[in-house]
Amino acid sequence: MSPAGATPNGPSPANPAHAAPAHTAPPPRALPGHGETHRHVLVAIVLNKPGVLNRVASLMRARNFNIETLAVSHTDQPEVSRMTITLRGDDVAVEQAAKQLYRLIDVLKVQDVTADPIVEHEIALIKVRAHEHNRGEVLTIAEMYKARVVDLAAESLIVEATGTEAEVDALIALLRGFGIKELVRSGTVVMSRGAGSIEEAVKR
Amino acid sequence: MGTTEDGSGRSRTVTSAQREGSQAAPGVHSAPGNRGAQNQGVAAAGTAAATDAATGAGAATPRSRLNHTPGAGTARADAINAGRHEMLTDTLRKQIKSLAERGLKRPRIGADAVCEALLAQGVDVFFGFPGGVLLPLYDVLGDYPELRHILVRHEQGASHAADGYARASGRVGVCLGTSGPGATNLVTGIGNAMLDSVPMVAITGNVVSSLLGKDAFQEIDITGITLPCTKHNYLVSDPNDIPRVFAEAFHIAATGRPGPVHIDITKDALMGACTALHPETLDLPGFKPKFEGNFRQVKLAAQEIANAERPVILAGHGVLISNATEELRQFAEKAQIPVAHTLLGVSAMDETHPLSLGWVGMHGWKHVNRAIQSADLLIALGMRFDDRVTGHVPTFAPYARIIHVDIDPAEIGKNVAVEIPIVGDVKRVLTALLPLVPAVASERRAAYLKELAEWRVESEKMPWHGSGAWRNGQLSADFVVCKIGEATQHDATIVADVGQNQMWTARYAGFRRPNSHISSGGLGTMGFGLPAAMGAAMGRPDKETWAIVGDGGLQMTSQELMTLVQDHIPVRIALLDNHKLGMIRQWQELIYAGNYHSSHLLGPDWLKLAEAYGVAGFRATTPEEVEPAIAAARAVDGPALVHFVIAEEQNVFPMMPAGKGLSDLLEEQFEEPKQ
Repeated sequence: MSPAGATPNGPSPANPAHAAPAHTAPPPRALPGHGETHRHVLVAIVLNKPGVLNRVASLMRARNFNIETLAVSHTDQPEVSRMTITLRGDDVAVEQAAKQLYRLIDVLKVQDVTADPIVEHEIALIKVRAHEHNRGEVLTIAEMYKARVVDLAAESLIVEATGTEAEVDALIALLRGFGIKELVRSGTVVMSRGAGSIEEAVKR
Repeated sequence: MGTTEDGSGRSRTVTSAQREGSQAAPGVHSAPGNRGAQNQGVAAAGTAAATDAATGAGAATPRSRLNHTPGAGTARADAINAGRHEMLTDTLRKQIKSLAERGLKRPRIGADAVCEALLAQGVDVFFGFPGGVLLPLYDVLGDYPELRHILVRHEQGASHAADGYARASGRVGVCLGTSGPGATNLVTGIGNAMLDSVPMVAITGNVVSSLLGKDAFQEIDITGITLPCTKHNYLVSDPNDIPRVFAEAFHIAATGRPGPVHIDITKDALMGACTALHPETLDLPGFKPKFEGNFRQVKLAAQEIANAERPVILAGHGVLISNATEELRQFAEKAQIPVAHTLLGVSAMDETHPLSLGWVGMHGWKHVNRAIQSADLLIALGMRFDDRVTGHVPTFAPYARIIHVDIDPAEIGKNVAVEIPIVGDVKRVLTALLPLVPAVASERRAAYLKELAEWRVESEKMPWHGSGAWRNGQLSADFVVCKIGEATQHDATIVADVGQNQMWTARYAGFRRPNSHISSGGLGTMGFGLPAAMGAAMGRPDKETWAIVGDGGLQMTSQELMTLVQDHIPVRIALLDNHKLGMIRQWQELIYAGNYHSSHLLGPDWLKLAEAYGVAGFRATTPEEVEPAIAAARAVDGPALVHFVIAEEQNVFPMMPAGKGLSDLLEEQFEEPKQ
């Protein structure tokens, strides 16, 4: 980041009449991270040890990063777990979060996969108010979103939806009109497309 | 609970629980919860309520009660009861002891593994305070006479002493505290070591593992507390984990960017038999610090350095940690670049060296701050652009491009955006950089260095009270600090406390030997000075050790005076007594419009206090008395305290007000204040 490209929030003389000549006016130094805020997806490969989730969560809290979703599970290796973390921030802030995560002894690898070609999914269970008069409408909407009905009762049904966060958001918005009684989302999980593997570097 | 022969606690309690269970079984109204296991509390309560109702209705059946052990009969309940019994009776210890008394070799227990591990890591001295759950360790300590244990008077002193030991010696400092309050008292020193990247292993005891989470006596979730202020921490409840955990902890504490590692050991792990051997290799797949700088980046840095007209090196604590002071000198001399240093970088370069510029930052030298502000290239080595160094970042070093060398990738771009980052160990990066940097003839920098020298003359005379007299002839603190530096030929280890005394020490003592300056930088822990000096004296017994402390800080940890006497640790204490929390008072005067709330404080009669502890005490109240008092303290065999009664309202100048930049320094007004 060059100082010339920084936002001009440096010292501005109170009285322009006494301003220093232009050629000596120091350009303000860039603070790290003035970029736009975006949603980022981080994948952290961690050792499957007691307390590792606490370490990650505690670090994100202490460093003032706001986690949006967090999904944790075993990998193919029983001693290794995988976390998928989504958070909002500018590029520098998220890079800092990833670096801080990597400082943890139990963290093997951290990768920001936001810009990579990835398959991204989460699962949502949505309990919708539906009776015999409008059940058909709900079923049609669910079908359009490739969601399926996993439970049916006289006054309600449960829709199981999978897809990207945006797809699930869109379905929920449509179903809201019927009345959502209960909603649970798993948080995003991702995997890179193609033959490459995020876990490969830490395979032992 | 039955008390029979000392058998295994577990089998005994199982028996008694079974007995109680079988007694309860015939009772008509015994609740199902009695038989325990995983029975739902709700069901048990429901039955009990029904029973009460029946009794209330006049049924003439005897009242019954639940077994007082929740979930009685389960293995978990038995373990909890066994743990409680152990905490009260030390049964395991009696077993071990009785074996030894009968002339049998006592078994190797977890506490032995701890001592062996400390010896294997080369620990010769550690600082601690015993407590109930640590007694198994103290029970075997006598069998390891090579391990010197210093009994502190407060666990905070133990952690600061381990910190001072580590900084003075370059080795890992070790401190020890019991569960509960002992552990929480260590935390301040652990946090201090974390912020200043000091290698330390802090050991605490904890309650028997089956009682974890039961809020047992002196139980606290100490690993939860130290998690954010350690580099890593461990909870050990299996004695066979002790050798591995200690080997990992010392490795993590000392490798890469150093930091404190905390090991919490349950009492049963300390007492249980341990068969595990000390590992020769470590398996830490998530801990791989990068030592070598990226060669492409190093080449880029060399180009920048070759093209720079006004370069400045900013040396931080990392230069001292990586033992790169010699490489720094060679690099500076070859490229003819002046060296500024941060507070924790003080002593990274001999201050009498012609290229040594001085200390930068909030209370640093004005000429150094001017040099930074006019530089076209900053070469930042092992430092982290703390806010006390940069001030307002947009105005920091406005003309400079920055090369930032640090071993911690998370420090790159954290506080200041930099043009050329190099992740690596300062020593190795400088070694790689040195042959790539073209030698610069001193003539090329002559005009630049001459300008800096002129600024320096101007800056050094400004707030200097070389006569020893501040306004109205009161004793000036900068003079006292300067005389201590001179008397010790600038070779003593000087440990500062926090506040004005710390700033005066860094400015005026004059440091020539690496690691001869020790100061609490990141956390700014008042009370650090005396206990850290205690550790520093143990870490470098070949060097004289001075603690320069204020009256506020000394009153926080003065109990360690007794430790100095009991263990005959020769620390000389220079107490700069202005009857004030001096830096607080300075801010109140300059920023809070003279609203002096709670910055005036009384102190004891310091000479009487010293005498009460058995410490030799001296006093100086005028400039003439300063040198004789220092000489008298140096002549004492053992600890000594010199009480310097200094001017009450002297401030440290220059000063960069918080939120301002390095160009906005406040300076001392020479005229007398108007009445």
